[in-house]
Amino acid sequence: MTRSLGDLTGAELSAKLAAGETSAIEILAASQARIDAVDGDVRALLTPTPQLASERAEELDAYLSTGAPQSPVAGIPVALKDVLTTNGVRTTCGSKILETYVPPYDATAWTRLSGAGAVLVGKTNCDEFAMGSSNENSAFGPVHNPWDLERVPGGSSGGSAAAVAAGEAVWALGTDTGGSVRQPASLCGVVGLKPTYGRISRYGLIAFASSLDTIGTFTRSVRDAGAMLQVLAGHDPRDATSLDVPVPDYGAGIDEAIAGLRVGVVTEAFGEGVEPAVAASVRAAVERLAALGADVGEAALPHAAYALSAYYLIAPSECSSNLARYDGVRYGLRAAGEHADSIEMMFATRGQGFGPEVKRRIMLGTYALSAGYYEAYYGQAQKVRTLVIRDYEAAFERFDILVSPTSPTTAFRIGAKADDPMAMYLNDIFTIPANLAGVPAISVPCGLDDVGLPIGIQLTAPILDEATLLRAAHALESDLGLNLRPPLLAGV
Amino acid sequence: MPVEIDIEHVAKLARLQLSEEEREQLAAQLGQILEHAARVGEVAADDVPPTASPIPRANVFREDVIEPSLPVDEALRNSPERDGDRFGVPRIAETGA
Repeated sequence: MTRSLGDLTGAELSAKLAAGETSAIEILAASQARIDAVDGDVRALLTPTPQLASERAEELDAYLSTGAPQSPVAGIPVALKDVLTTNGVRTTCGSKILETYVPPYDATAWTRLSGAGAVLVGKTNCDEFAMGSSNENSAFGPVHNPWDLERVPGGSSGGSAAAVAAGEAVWALGTDTGGSVRQPASLCGVVGLKPTYGRISRYGLIAFASSLDTIGTFTRSVRDAGAMLQVLAGHDPRDATSLDVPVPDYGAGIDEAIAGLRVGVVTEAFGEGVEPAVAASVRAAVERLAALGADVGEAALPHAAYALSAYYLIAPSECSSNLARYDGVRYGLRAAGEHADSIEMMFATRGQGFGPEVKRRIMLGTYALSAGYYEAYYGQAQKVRTLVIRDYEAAFERFDILVSPTSPTTAFRIGAKADDPMAMYLNDIFTIPANLAGVPAISVPCGLDDVGLPIGIQLTAPILDEATLLRAAHALESDLGLNLRPPLLAGV
Repeated sequence: MPVEIDIEHVAKLARLQLSEEEREQLAAQLGQILEHAARVGEVAADDVPPTASPIPRANVFREDVIEPSLPVDEALRNSPERDGDRFGVPRIAETGA
């Protein structure tokens, strides 16, 4: 079967562009055609930017025609989660409170991609302020999973995952605070990479939980994830938590064999609540790793069971502090009408501007940080965070890579868990520990369940060892050779 | 057991206007979530130090160099109410007397 331009990876498109077999304008047209064909149903994009994109593609073609050096990012259509600021392009965070906010600056992650020649096709829908696991918490309506439009794409970066799965963009950026890149990647059948905390600058990432927030990538291949990370990684003086350490060449060793790689299967991640099809598919993928020569053993993360509890104290606590900035004064919504004073205006603005999940987390965090409860909740949660980090340190003495399912389930139906916050939070049970510890992790498609929905396997590596993570993920991806394509695209 | 919370007090701390229905829902939901979250106390022993950030950094300094800042018009462009070169707000202090 000949694959159309819209089905190619970034690396394939970049090679065609370099060979003069296509142009940035043609590549963009393929993305645009997909957007026109499916986004009315998928609803991945909150703010498409077709005009900006075509101007940019024209500029690029003109620039490349001079024989100028071509970056691997040049001409690649990219979508950005709408929590990343874009100068002059509306950035809503999926919230009424920022519905008309037009940032006066670019996020560093976008500055880097854009500087390397990426073409912005639009800003993607997401759970409000990145709080959610299904994209149902967006103030602008849900995103529909390209594999089954009645199901969620996962969240919170659901629009970014769906856009890449459907070929509306070749690459996308998301953010991962408790699994918000990896879980939607798993549910949409694409590759989702959450690098080490601090590897990519958070400048211009509108904050949810600052000690956990990590920018991550959506691609249709592991090699492309490495290519994106190559451009994104590195120190940024504008983010004091960004790491000032050298950036290795992520593509250099990605094709190397994994014989002798020590792979630990996280035993706790195959228990209650994990769908049998998910467990079976992930176990089969582990067998492929063993067949490729990996040295597979059983790993334990004994405190992972407490990670979810710790997360739902730490993340809301940081959220309640970060979201205090939405006060109706400097930007964003101000509640209409006369206000007796500024304090009353703030109460009304925040009451009207935030949706139910954001209010829930602000309340939870405010409570957990309040006098008399701080030590019992936030203080104890920070200790559990230490225990989770120690678990990883112990596991990584014995193993190079840890594996588990990314999510306990495949995509569920829109509305199925909407009224049960605890059930929703359990979606992130396998992804949260990596955020608490700051370690890099990736979700790679490993199969389909019996109704044809994608399943993802999560690989996790020690701090800053993205190179090994990508190598292992690439070896598995190549061996499985899935080439997933949602049925929605059959006639496209 | 679900945790009981003084929702009105917490909402006041958070500067969050809530409807009666929201208050009732939040009381039930937060009680349930906190019951689960309280499990952190089962394993967090006294001798375990807290972690605030996964990769601790302290005293991140930069050179004190003056760079161009955002022009006033840009900074005020998103404000709900502009008052000259300032943000406009409703009354913030008692007046008169």
